Amino acid sequence: MIAPCLDISNLSATLANGVRVLRSVSLTVASGEVRALVGESGAGKTMIGKAVLGVLPPSVRVVEGRVSLEGADLGSLASSERRKLIGAHAALIPQDPLTALNPSRRIGSQMTDRLVRLLGWDGARADTRIRQLLDEVRIREPHRVLRCYPHELSGGMRQRVLIAAAFAAEPRLIIADEPTTALDVTVQKQILRLIAELQREHGTAILFITHNLGVVAKISQKVTVLYAGKVVEEADVAALFSAPQHPYTRALMAATPRYTDPLASLKPVDETVLAGLAAEIAAADAGWRSAHG
Amino acid sequence: MDRSGRSSAKTGARLWLAGGWLVLAILAAILAPFVAPHDPLAQDLMLERLPPFWVHGSESGYWLGTDSLGRDLLSRLIYGGRVAFTVAFVAATGTCIIGSVLGLIAGYVGGWADRIISRIVDIWMAFPPVLFAIVLVAVLGTGLSSVIIAFVVIDWTRFCRVVRAETMNQVHMDYVDNARIAGFGRFDILVREVLPNVLPSIIALLSIAMGIAVIVEAILSFVNLSISTDDPTWGSMIAEGRLSIHQAWWVLVFPQITLFLTVLSFSQFGEGLKARFDPVLR
Repeated sequence: MIAPCLDISNLSATLANGVRVLRSVSLTVASGEVRALVGESGAGKTMIGKAVLGVLPPSVRVVEGRVSLEGADLGSLASSERRKLIGAHAALIPQDPLTALNPSRRIGSQMTDRLVRLLGWDGARADTRIRQLLDEVRIREPHRVLRCYPHELSGGMRQRVLIAAAFAAEPRLIIADEPTTALDVTVQKQILRLIAELQREHGTAILFITHNLGVVAKISQKVTVLYAGKVVEEADVAALFSAPQHPYTRALMAATPRYTDPLASLKPVDETVLAGLAAEIAAADAGWRSAHG
Repeated sequence: MDRSGRSSAKTGARLWLAGGWLVLAILAAILAPFVAPHDPLAQDLMLERLPPFWVHGSESGYWLGTDSLGRDLLSRLIYGGRVAFTVAFVAATGTCIIGSVLGLIAGYVGGWADRIISRIVDIWMAFPPVLFAIVLVAVLGTGLSSVIIAFVVIDWTRFCRVVRAETMNQVHMDYVDNARIAGFGRFDILVREVLPNVLPSIIALLSIAMGIAVIVEAILSFVNLSISTDDPTWGSMIAEGRLSIHQAWWVLVFPQITLFLTVLSFSQFGEGLKARFDPVLR
């Protein structure tokens, strides 16, 4: 069997006060596959992305588990080697396009910098590549956009730029961290379609982090449902939607608002399910604590 | 559109007025031997306390009058600018470099580096700055370099605090994480990603620090602790003018106006530059 593009096994992370934010998470993304990572806010979805990319905030510490990218165990590498590997094989499409671009540098230099200075491309080649990608993300007049500062572009345009930047170096894996959350609904749809399209063309594996089950159905083949830092269900998209196994997944689906009846359908996840989950997690934590002293 | 147009016109006027005064004063100071109408040290007791040109009893060629030893005020102001601007540029640049580097390190590295630097800044700022400067010059001995060193020693904390705070703001932005993911090193990120965003503040502060350096030099020469007493400085002129305020107000007032305009221009120029160079404000 070929090694998956991203293989996370048994990953646990704690805050400085010992509270677990990730609870033995295991998850794989095969090459060229889109896996959705679904959960409520605070479930630890973003933490998983940050742990893979090596940008966890200093207050969060990985206490156990393995992350391998393209078959290489990240934990076993020296930090400079790890940086190099992540930089070469992975990229991020961030949640907030407003802060993800450097406000005082022009779009062009930000986008080519990585290709030229880290991957050693010559300037002309990087420039051609960037223009081609801006074209792929449907930015008209790329020459004008390249000379802009980020604040001169709308949120949707900035997200397109970031998507282009993520694909620029042909990474094997892209982590898309709620890439449409900060955008308004009409733009969300375009951006989503764009990511799906580029993913197909480039054959990139994507870990698509979202809280929106509607998005999951559109873009991914596999789904992992996360609650309180713990994987509660893992399935193919079709299977998940036709026959969700875990009560939490079913409750989450029931809580999805519907356009036909927005007020009545807008209700939180069922309390009894959450109580059951809390008990499950408390038991797991107790077991983990006794095993780890 | 209309509002932004008006505010940029206002910024422009501020920049031009402040810049105009500074260029005029600095050029006069550099070209002092050619533009000063008289020898600033030449005393002539026949010409003592001549009033400025529009007051009855003035003497042609002594535009701003003379002091109690008959020395030409305009020439002394022009020569005094040499000391003031030398201190302004050298001392402010010195504080800027030291303060900014320490501020960047504290804000970017964080942790123990931040704790050490911040504690030093706290302790430093507990000293009253002018008193600190006077003590320092008293210890180092008078002279231009002592004044400059004293200013750098007392003023670096201003840069350090502001640059640290701005750096900390930037470090938490997603673009810094993005650069880390791409594989850029810490130094690269600090210099190429963070510094450009802190630079507008550094430029504004630099200009303000130049104004403050001019004041500090004036205070030190006012209490006779700047350079040798022979050379004219704005502070020593104010000190002398104070003694003859009832007989000749102009000896006190003109150096004060010069000092005021210069310090104001430095701070306004800094603000104007910041507004112009900050891509987000622009």
